Amino acid sequence: MAEDITIAVLSGKGGTGKTMVSVNLAAVAGSATYIDCDVEEPNGHLFLKPAMLSQEIITIGKPEVDNRLCDGCKICSDACAFKALAVVKKKLLIFPEICHSCGLCYTLCPQGALTEVPQSLGVLYTGHHEDLQVLAAEMNIGEPSGVPLIKALMKHIKGGLTIIDGPPGSGCLVHETIEHADFCLLVAEPTRFGEQNLALVHRLVTLMGKPAAVLLNKTTGDPNPSEAYAKANGLPIIASLPWDDELARVTSRGALITEESGAYRQYFSTLLATILKEAQRA
Amino acid sequence: MIIAVPAENQSLDSAICQSFGRAPFFCIYDTESESSRFIDNSAKEASGGAGIEAAQLLVDQNVDALITYRIGENAARVLKAAQTTLLKAVNLSIADNVANFLEGKLPSLDEIHSGYHHG
Ligand code: SF4
Ligand code: SF4
Repeated sequence: MAEDITIAVLSGKGGTGKTMVSVNLAAVAGSATYIDCDVEEPNGHLFLKPAMLSQEIITIGKPEVDNRLCDGCKICSDACAFKALAVVKKKLLIFPEICHSCGLCYTLCPQGALTEVPQSLGVLYTGHHEDLQVLAAEMNIGEPSGVPLIKALMKHIKGGLTIIDGPPGSGCLVHETIEHADFCLLVAEPTRFGEQNLALVHRLVTLMGKPAAVLLNKTTGDPNPSEAYAKANGLPIIASLPWDDELARVTSRGALITEESGAYRQYFSTLLATILKEAQRA
Repeated sequence: MIIAVPAENQSLDSAICQSFGRAPFFCIYDTESESSRFIDNSAKEASGGAGIEAAQLLVDQNVDALITYRIGENAARVLKAAQTTLLKAVNLSIADNVANFLEGKLPSLDEIHSGYHHG
């Protein structure tokens, strides 16, 4: 695994087995990096149980006003795209939980009344599981955007193989995550709901020009809407993972199936090799 | 005294809009001249602090009182800084709410909901 390659595991809404797939792929990857990008509710560490956690507080700049300098001209509040500022009776009101830290207001203020003050956005955790480096971050409740936390996590990509457990949904956090990926593995359930999620995420990765393939999770013998979607839309199917009670049981108690079953260890090793081959081809 | 009311339509017979920040219009009623006018709510499609922007709009109109069904905490902070009186709307037209207000029948708006969260 000499090449630098970053794989993002994505799924739209939660509950498709995205984390289970990410952590088990990471567990068979040897010397690699696992990044949990679900900054609202990180859970990869529950499976990987990383040792020697270190913590780092990630801060972000928010404006503070010097009322002696501010003359209430409204230049900043009119310009703020997020409407995080208001001027009442010539006094500036700041709404930090709406502020997206774009930095515009500081540069515009003619009086130099605004300064950027670092505020805690969340905590970044680093640890390791055997040779695997494990990274996660948790955002403070009430922050408007976790994008800066994802950027902070991505700065820790140190080359080699990186497996990213993507955030749920298809919003700006997912967008930020995909930016850093060389290849996207989409995990889909065999339901109508799963198909809709798959379509949303597939559209996003296609728009962003990233190569992708789908892993059909929890397959049974029954018709699979996600499989039909993939076939109809030229999305390569990289593998299927049949529904299995044992897998569900092991996962639900926060364990890694690859550490309990030789067959699954083999399955995920083969899956990882196939993904790497696909990614290098793309 | 100048009163503002979030409006569904540009008419005194219109219903009061259920939402404050996302109301299409605001009725600005001047009790001295007994005249009304309607302004567009530029915040109605804002991303981010729609309530804050709408509140700023009303503060800039020198509004003394706002009659509304509900308001978010951020918008309330702006309006309170401007010492705007916040009153709870009743389920009637704008004109009837203004009449109720003039008779001192509208209760003050006490419950203020927390802002929404987006990612
Ligand atoms: S930093 Fe940007 S988002 Fe924050 S208050 Fe200033 S202009 Fe608005
Ligand atoms: S631009 Fe500067 S002086 Fe003008 S309102 Fe904003 S902080 Fe005050």
